[in-house]
Amino acid sequence: MSESSALIARLRRIAAGDAPAQAAAAPVDAWLARGLGRAQLHDIYAVDDEDAPSGAGFGLAVALAAGALPLLWLRTEACERTQGRLHATGLIELGLDADSLLLGIVADEAALLRAAADAARCTGLGTLLVESVGPAPGFDLTATRRLMLAAESSGVTILSLRVGAEPTASAAATRWGVTAVPSNALDQGAGEGAPGFPAFDVECLRRRGGPAGQRWRVEWDRDDKSFRGASLSGAGVPVAADRTAAHDPAAPVRATG
Amino acid sequence: MQQGETPIAFTETVGQAVRLTATNIAAARLGLEAGLTLADARARMPELDVFPADPHADMDWLERLADGCARYSPTVALMPPDGLVLDIAGCAHAFEGERPLAADVEARMARRGILARHAFGDTPEIARALARYAGAPAPDEARAVKRLPVAALELDADATTALTRAGLKTVGDVMTRPLAGIAARFGEEAANAVRRLAGDHKAPVKPRVRIAPVAVERRFAEPIARTDYALEVLEELAAEAVATLAERHQGGRRWEARLFRADGHVQSLRVETGQPTRDVALLMRLFAERIDSLADPLDPGFGYDLLRLDVALAERLDAAQLRLEGGAGAAATGATQVAQLVDQLSTRLGRGQVRRFRSRDSHIPEQAELMLPATADAPASAWPEAEAGEPPLRPIYLFDPPQPIESVMAEVPDGPPHRFRWRRRVHEVARSEGPERIAGEWWRRHDAAIPTRDYYRVEDRRGRRFWIFRHGLHDEQEHPRWYLHGLFA
Repeated sequence: MSESSALIARLRRIAAGDAPAQAAAAPVDAWLARGLGRAQLHDIYAVDDEDAPSGAGFGLAVALAAGALPLLWLRTEACERTQGRLHATGLIELGLDADSLLLGIVADEAALLRAAADAARCTGLGTLLVESVGPAPGFDLTATRRLMLAAESSGVTILSLRVGAEPTASAAATRWGVTAVPSNALDQGAGEGAPGFPAFDVECLRRRGGPAGQRWRVEWDRDDKSFRGASLSGAGVPVAADRTAAHDPAAPVRATG
Repeated sequence: MQQGETPIAFTETVGQAVRLTATNIAAARLGLEAGLTLADARARMPELDVFPADPHADMDWLERLADGCARYSPTVALMPPDGLVLDIAGCAHAFEGERPLAADVEARMARRGILARHAFGDTPEIARALARYAGAPAPDEARAVKRLPVAALELDADATTALTRAGLKTVGDVMTRPLAGIAARFGEEAANAVRRLAGDHKAPVKPRVRIAPVAVERRFAEPIARTDYALEVLEELAAEAVATLAERHQGGRRWEARLFRADGHVQSLRVETGQPTRDVALLMRLFAERIDSLADPLDPGFGYDLLRLDVALAERLDAAQLRLEGGAGAAATGATQVAQLVDQLSTRLGRGQVRRFRSRDSHIPEQAELMLPATADAPASAWPEAEAGEPPLRPIYLFDPPQPIESVMAEVPDGPPHRFRWRRRVHEVARSEGPERIAGEWWRRHDAAIPTRDYYRVEDRRGRRFWIFRHGLHDEQEHPRWYLHGLFA
């Protein structure tokens, strides 16, 4: 019963025109409003440990922008210890509905990959967020290829959040580097000078079949479920490999064209 | 007790002295008994082997024996420290009578080196007294009870001595006296003890396991030594259980398979589903998942001679219509798929490892929400709405317990810090908001004053956003400490 309805759901998805093939051809700025391509694997890197919340916030935001819910968040026990546990009230304030969040905590990286492989095949999920801390050698070309294939057949968007890891070879459709940037301070009344909306420096490090290297400075608008912001770099100009620039990002400049 | 040549005793420190708590038969023959100090025992028997008593291990052992006795009756109760009560009403037919059943129990216990003594009784208390105390032979149960010594009443030592001195040697002697007199002289407890042995006072048996709504089992004449064959049988049992459930329009949510090994060991496999189910294939997948996640693999050893499948929790499940078309049907399929994934992951990782969030009525941030197993039923809970146009006021990651931060520099004592160190890195605060004052729940704890927390939302020069608080106001504490409680996206 379930397999045939899954097949029908898949055929319907293809007929509706949001098949994976079309997603790859979207313009480079499309993710600002519609999130990352569905039914694909995307890597999100927070190279510095302290950028982990920004990476997680970005992952959550793109899932919300795409409306790809429910979301299963898989993390290891080490993550739970070093990064702190998830706080639902804060996630709700990013726009997530607490009822559409499932949290899975696994013992180690091998169990994480195994759970991710099972979850990636579940057509009922919208997004699968896999969080790992430190260099995770298990996320190699084979494992990511397997996840990508599972995502393509089930329609689940898989976000692999890699905290404190250097980018490694992967079969993901896109790879993103996320760091925190100072937010636009609130400017009204009592809250003047207070930290504003979540702001990220987002760089597209790699894109399958398309130009990479664009950088954006974006702000997440929870009420509108979309990102506000603009490209920092000229179209397609790659940013230097060392990421020191990201630590002191340029002032937010609106691109003129 | 293991029967052997070397005298063995278990000891425990009681007050200032080390005393024996249990001995084996060899030691008992030498006159060593529980209660003797170790020094006395050693003086009488220098080569006594002594081990420290471990009541928890004893209890664990008793529980495992009780699990093993589930093959005789579903109602098995513990009588610590060393007794088991089996309610065999209606269960003896499988053994062609009570006596062969008791013989089977004793034979099985003897195989593991356990000396068991059994007795039948109309109530658990009578059976217990008959098994523990030897009286003169009697033609029936009522008279056997009457011939038990007064010690079988299990009163304290003074009361027992007093009864004996009064000339009341057996339970029957005590029973002939008016109960009011016994109660007046030896207390209510003594009267109750007499009533219990007379069978008037019925205490219910507290069985260890709740009786499952549906239980199916298969006994084998020859123990089976292959695990895959055992699993095939389990599948047949699941099909039988599902058929019973279907007749009742029910589906199972908690399933427990028990594999009874011929040597008395019982391997229990539990799976749980979030939705009631009658899907045998799904169940077998979950059992396979469960077996994979076992720390020690299934070991048939001498073979399994009994397999039992219990549906511990059954809920209403009506036959569902196949809906291949239509939006509602598709959405329901998605939810079912997620529920199946949750079951699969919960079975493999452990029930508590796949969670959902539920809110709680508390304003203390770390207590305001619960993470419950996703398979558990929990009412949908109300969450505070995020205010439109406001940035998030609560972090996405929360540290519990909060992490201390050091070298906090604040411009004014009551103000936000402008620099702090966390995980050996210095953060220069560029923007901040606060304080948001969260007082302790003084109505819950009356003994101690709970320091107030002043929370600040701060952002450092590189854009990292933190949630930090000062634990205690300056007029509450001299040097309040600072903590980092959460991280914002």
